[in-house]
Amino acid sequence: MRHLLDFQGWSRTEVESLLDTARVMREVLERPIKKVPALQGFTVATVFFEPSTRTRISFELAARRMSADVVSFAAQTSSLQKGESYKDTLLTLEAMGVDAYVIRADSAGVPHQATRWVKGAVINGGDGRRAHPTQALLDAYTLLEALGTLEGKKVAIVGDILHSRVARSGAELLSLLGAQVFCAGPPSLLPQSLPGAHLTPRLEEALEEADAVMVLRLQKERMEAGLVHLEDYVARYQVTEKRLALAKPQAPLLHPGPMNRDVELEGTLADSARSLVNRQVQNGVAVRMAVLYHLLVGREKA
Amino acid sequence: MILIRNVRLVDARGERGPADVLIGEGRILSLEGGEAKQVVDGTGCFLAPGFLDLHAHLREPGEEVKEDLFSGLLAAVRGGYTDLVSMPNTKPPVDTPEAVRALKEKAKALGLARLHPAAALTEKQEGKTLTPAGLLREAGAVLLTDDGRTNEDAGVLAAGLLMAAPLGLPVAVHAEDAGLRRNGVMNDGPLADLLGLPGNPPEAEAARIARDLEVLRYALRRSPATPRLHVQHLSTKRGLELVREAKRAGLPVTAEATPHHLTLTEEALRTFDPLFKVAPPLRGEEDREALLEGLLDGTLDAIATDHAPHTLAEKEKDLLRAPFGIPSLEVAFPLLYTELHLKRGFPLQRLVELFTDGPRRVLGLPPLHLEEGAEASLVLLSPKERPVDPSAFASKARYSPWAGWVLGGWPVLTLVAGRIVHEALK
Repeated sequence: MRHLLDFQGWSRTEVESLLDTARVMREVLERPIKKVPALQGFTVATVFFEPSTRTRISFELAARRMSADVVSFAAQTSSLQKGESYKDTLLTLEAMGVDAYVIRADSAGVPHQATRWVKGAVINGGDGRRAHPTQALLDAYTLLEALGTLEGKKVAIVGDILHSRVARSGAELLSLLGAQVFCAGPPSLLPQSLPGAHLTPRLEEALEEADAVMVLRLQKERMEAGLVHLEDYVARYQVTEKRLALAKPQAPLLHPGPMNRDVELEGTLADSARSLVNRQVQNGVAVRMAVLYHLLVGREKA
Repeated sequence: MILIRNVRLVDARGERGPADVLIGEGRILSLEGGEAKQVVDGTGCFLAPGFLDLHAHLREPGEEVKEDLFSGLLAAVRGGYTDLVSMPNTKPPVDTPEAVRALKEKAKALGLARLHPAAALTEKQEGKTLTPAGLLREAGAVLLTDDGRTNEDAGVLAAGLLMAAPLGLPVAVHAEDAGLRRNGVMNDGPLADLLGLPGNPPEAEAARIARDLEVLRYALRRSPATPRLHVQHLSTKRGLELVREAKRAGLPVTAEATPHHLTLTEEALRTFDPLFKVAPPLRGEEDREALLEGLLDGTLDAIATDHAPHTLAEKEKDLLRAPFGIPSLEVAFPLLYTELHLKRGFPLQRLVELFTDGPRRVLGLPPLHLEEGAEASLVLLSPKERPVDPSAFASKARYSPWAGWVLGGWPVLTLVAGRIVHEALK
């Protein structure tokens, strides 16, 4: 693979090989010296046209743990403020000898567009409501740790499905790995269709006998746009202890963060033993190391 | 005097020939030859009346970096257009008689295609206060529209239709419900869901057309003169059905479709290229097929370009930020000649009508046919095929969704009232 844009065209074997590499990287992260020389001489740029501290830090740490050089471009403090285009920004970085670009943008398709402009590897760090493949990989990794396999497992994804790249990539990847994905949310926040997922406005249908539950963040903008009323959302769609009783006992809880406690998820659940949120964050670094490794090793340096 | 020898003739009435067309004093003097200083061999080509575009954005005044009267009207004559209606959403908008006059005078001095400005229906195109329709008509405006904006206040649109009716001015609408359309950048549906792009639903167009047809009924009931509503860039099957029903019921409504909605679908968005971002958006194959039906059965009166040039840098932004619009003045006829006539057997006579008498009727102009005494506004079309090369465009928008498409039917000679304004005979 040349880029990681989404999972269209990916085989299950390719994904499993990537997750195997992530397992090796996870071991590296347990060592006293958490660093390997695998990507020495490569340069990774995190290009965040849309701000996101967590994902950016995770990618930068992943690159540094593999001894790559890291440069970081953040929209708020950059030439974008002076009107520079995405294309020119990327061409400037290319001229400086960047090998891989981690791109985050609020518009779907920017990483695709980038592949037409630069020669280096492009990794989608989240584009609009479209895809967030490394989040899906770390979710799959975390679920595999907890459940052993995803084959035949029922995974519920709950919340604002329509605007969620996490739901979109999650459905795509988890179903590829054999899971049955149910996406539940308010009707005004559900798409018409979502490949790999069964869509339902009934939270109970998704939670019933679920092997794992992923809760999405509800953004304030949705209320402001008149799509849903906050109290209606909380009353009908908040994942509570009571509702979670529909799922299998001890079914793990995931959340991509940052969390709105007591909006999409009952606060006490966030701190319960079922929550794998911290594990997700730790696995995120390992998974991103694996992605960089797969994309860069064997590639000619810029 | 110019003689075009051995050329087939095509106009809204049919195909005939070959003929030897003698042109002088701005008119067709004879179809049976005669003495002329300049002789053009029309063998293999066909001659049609000059095209009229009902819908072009020439960006002057205010956004000359995208297009100006010279580049836009040169693009027009290269596309076979002898007459063109410019949209008023310039900066500032064309909402005064002075602005209309200034455009007309400047365009006349250029001596390319003839410019017929559309003027804003409301001041600054804000949809609130009507512009002075009578004075605008006197200054040369041929159409009133707030195109680019949607007329949210139905009462203002009704008053606009009433005021324009006795002047014989059509009112054109960009029919999209702003609330349903929201921030949509492509057709709403499974593909938008897959691509994660905000969708603009077909129902937004249908809902607004339905409303505007009721507004037209109201104006018709209240007005002794006939108010005329023109629906711009129709893109959906449902919208088309509403116009068809209205026409059957005898409502004075006309409609146009664009080259892009007739040849492209939402599938083009799969590459995330904002070149294909346009409003209304490219739709599904079923919609495209419905539009082709509409061209044949008369629901659609005209093919209009909605030529909407932007700078390449703007069209290389991301899909949320890139502006809406596709430029097509230079390719519209060859594109449809090739894709509809050559590949699908769409009748040539009807195709030419959709570029000539169809749009002329929308503006209330008399038909223009190839006959002795007719005004010699003509276009000579060559069947020779060549690929679309945007780098050679006269338009400042040197990119195209159809770049590389191999097309025939290119205009090789364009005459406005007997004067050659474009020549590419070699």
